[in-house]
Amino acid sequence: MNVDVTPLPGIGTRQDFSTREGRRIGVIAHRDGHFELIVSKVDDPDTCTASVPLSAEEAGALANLLGAPMLVAQLAEQQSDIQGVTTKQFPLAPGSPYDGRTLGDTAMRTRTAASLVAVVRSGTVHASPRPDFTFAGGDLLVVVGTAKGLAAAADLLEHG
Amino acid sequence: MEHTAVSLIELGAVFFGLGMLGKLAWKVGISPIPLYLIGGLVFGSGGLLPLDGIDEFAQLSSEIGVILLLLLLGLEYSADELFTGLRRSWTAGLVDLVLNGLPGAACALILGWGPVGALAMAGVTYISSSGIIAKVLGELGRLGNRETPVVLSVLVFEDLVMAVYLPILTAVLAGATLIGGLTAVGVSLVVITIVLVIALRFGRIVSAIVDSPDPEVFLLRVLGAALLVAGVAAQLQVSAAVGAFLLGIAISGSTAENATRMLEPLRDLFAALFFVVFGLNTDPSTIPPVLVAAVLLAVVTTLTKVVTGWWAAARQGIGRMGRARAGAALVARGEFSIVIAGLAVAAGAVAHELAALATAYVLLMAIIGPLTARFVEPLATALRRRQPA
Repeated sequence: MNVDVTPLPGIGTRQDFSTREGRRIGVIAHRDGHFELIVSKVDDPDTCTASVPLSAEEAGALANLLGAPMLVAQLAEQQSDIQGVTTKQFPLAPGSPYDGRTLGDTAMRTRTAASLVAVVRSGTVHASPRPDFTFAGGDLLVVVGTAKGLAAAADLLEHG
Repeated sequence: MEHTAVSLIELGAVFFGLGMLGKLAWKVGISPIPLYLIGGLVFGSGGLLPLDGIDEFAQLSSEIGVILLLLLLGLEYSADELFTGLRRSWTAGLVDLVLNGLPGAACALILGWGPVGALAMAGVTYISSSGIIAKVLGELGRLGNRETPVVLSVLVFEDLVMAVYLPILTAVLAGATLIGGLTAVGVSLVVITIVLVIALRFGRIVSAIVDSPDPEVFLLRVLGAALLVAGVAAQLQVSAAVGAFLLGIAISGSTAENATRMLEPLRDLFAALFFVVFGLNTDPSTIPPVLVAAVLLAVVTTLTKVVTGWWAAARQGIGRMGRARAGAALVARGEFSIVIAGLAVAAGAVAHELAALATAYVLLMAIIGPLTARFVEPLATALRRRQPA
């Protein structure tokens, strides 16, 4: 994938690429920290049919939506040659037992034999989180394990 | 006490009136600058509201307005961006300079204002309004367009040209001879090089001097530094505006961003007063005689900016519609044209009609600019349908 990075003096940076269909799609990172999602027009690729302003939080949410399946697919592919092991993603609901607590608190590996390999938060992937990693509501937890282990992990995350 | 009360009422009325005008302007999609100028013209001619009590304050405020306009222009681009901009767009920048400076200079010479008037008018017609253009591009959702970096790099180049042009203009206005003028050019080039090198190498130190985590301290330091540098520059006959501009370039990184965010409202306030005072000092009765010249100049320099943008965008391999958009985006002139005219008139070295011509010209261009940017696409489509290519 060839992403073009274009400085916009006085405004920020534009990063975009062409999709298979030939549409230009990308993001403008404004200096003041907000983002803009841009999608080019079909008949005039120089101009944009949409430019949607996004706050840092909204951009993170969008990245989460788009990025999580990709990450899970990648991990699943890596584990696919091992029999009986699968990868699953669990959203951590705000206010759930481990919202605001650490990975160590869950003792997930000892209790379920499944292991947490990554946490997706606001579009960023925190790979191999350490035991002192603190969860927050809205995190997406990527867990690897056997079917039984994953069920136990789901139960653990939901009920403590 | 009564005097203060009257002054407060007058000032309040002026600000409130400007606020109404500003709202009206953006509602119909034009820049508020022409309306501020008209506001000044109306107040000044002994018309609705004679501003006796506050003219001293207004005069000083308008000076501060110019300093803030130039300081924020300098803050807008980092030294890095200026250098890359210069490397990438110097050909387009030169085309821009020649095509848009010449009509102003020619007009001044035809009207018999001599070489000094020509130099000033060249600046008035050359410099696009980066404020109006950035706002219009943002509003029209064109920041993601392919031609937008081309437009911005032309603006960056204009910014650099201002750094050289303003000291020269100041020197020439102060009545320097040809040799004196050349010395001024040399000195200003050396000073600008030094400032740019300092900004590139030691920008952090300059930033650290004014920076502070406390917003109040930061605001006072930046504003204080700007006024100090501007004042010293004015004492050295380099023009207060240039000093503030160079300080703006020297401040970099996150300090520059914070300073911009903090000073923007202040600039809007004082710049509005600057436009009003410029209008106040322009006798409305001098405008009708120069109106024909202003209209002709507006037509010619609208076309020359469109050609500039078209040419610059074509060099970057952008399609016909994109080229038209780039050209139309560059048309707006505004605050800096008035700054240049203000410098020229304040020095008293040019014909008084220059203020009238600059006022009429900016009135036209600040209205025409956003409108051409907005309506270039339907217009181009209509033209293309008429004569199928």
